[in-house]
Amino acid sequence: MALATYATRAGGLWLANRFELSERAGAWLDAIPGAILVSLVAPTVLTSGPAEALAAVAVVVVAVRSGSLPLAMATGVVAVVLLRALVAGLT
Amino acid sequence: MEQNDTTYTEEKVTFTLAGALAGARKCVPVVISGCAVGLVFGTLAGQAGLGAGEAALMSALVFSGAAQFLVLGLWASPLPLAAIVLTTLVVGLRHLLMGAALGPVFSRLPRLKAYGSVYFMADENWALTMGEFDKGRRDGAFLLGGGLLMALEWTISTFVGGAFGGAVEDPARWGLDFAFTAIFLVLIAGMWKGKSSILPWVVAAAVSVAAHHWLPGQWYILLGGLAGSFAGVVRRGS
Repeated sequence: MALATYATRAGGLWLANRFELSERAGAWLDAIPGAILVSLVAPTVLTSGPAEALAAVAVVVVAVRSGSLPLAMATGVVAVVLLRALVAGLT
Repeated sequence: MEQNDTTYTEEKVTFTLAGALAGARKCVPVVISGCAVGLVFGTLAGQAGLGAGEAALMSALVFSGAAQFLVLGLWASPLPLAAIVLTTLVVGLRHLLMGAALGPVFSRLPRLKAYGSVYFMADENWALTMGEFDKGRRDGAFLLGGGLLMALEWTISTFVGGAFGGAVEDPARWGLDFAFTAIFLVLIAGMWKGKSSILPWVVAAAVSVAAHHWLPGQWYILLGGLAGSFAGVVRRGS
């Protein structure tokens, strides 16, 4: 299991080293991080419910304004707890 | 000729202790919330019949929460080896993309450092590392610094969870399940490049949500990542 997981980690690096980067390939690689991160959060943020969606907005706002990751993270955690309680209280 | 933000060819790539420490420092919030997940894993592993030491060893060697949790669901006697390996490979498929994304910078590091570091690549320190590269910083040890810290925390918290299982209340009560999402959102905010980000991200989100709805497991991450990244190229090419 450890080997299989490491194989996926090393495999990407190995493949990238083998091929010359064209401009398109460079553009593709550039787009990967954003695409993966968005894919990671989209289901939670968009389909869990209003509490998660609003808390996500709060996180982004605090992140952009403060530039502080811990602050934004704490905001998200606190916001989601409060909002979940609010939603539960309203329904 | 179009100059993109990340010009990989000319810059020097270093691998220093300072870089590693910077990576570790940046991972501290991740590590704090990761402890909660590790404790949960340790506890669940205990319920599945694994000892604290065995669970900790699994965490140390595999270092993948997603894979470990999924495989725990398959845990039976005798162990279904084929299913375990297949699940692990599928869960790890997104690592291929992530490793490829590191490629341009990491290919300029000595092999041992590159391939050694990537053992400790997790979503969080990978995302933070891509953020660093995006800002023009080029210390390859950043990934390793955060990764080592995460691996240490993951192993220890798994062990503690296994040893003292049942001591952790439902993490969702404290919003800790949202902590990872929050961190990823901060990183996404940092990666915003204006108009060119819109199409790939909308595509990624749409595919991800659809795949999450219809496909089991972690396919949604890989499919959303592929769809979004290809959408990013299509736009550039036209």
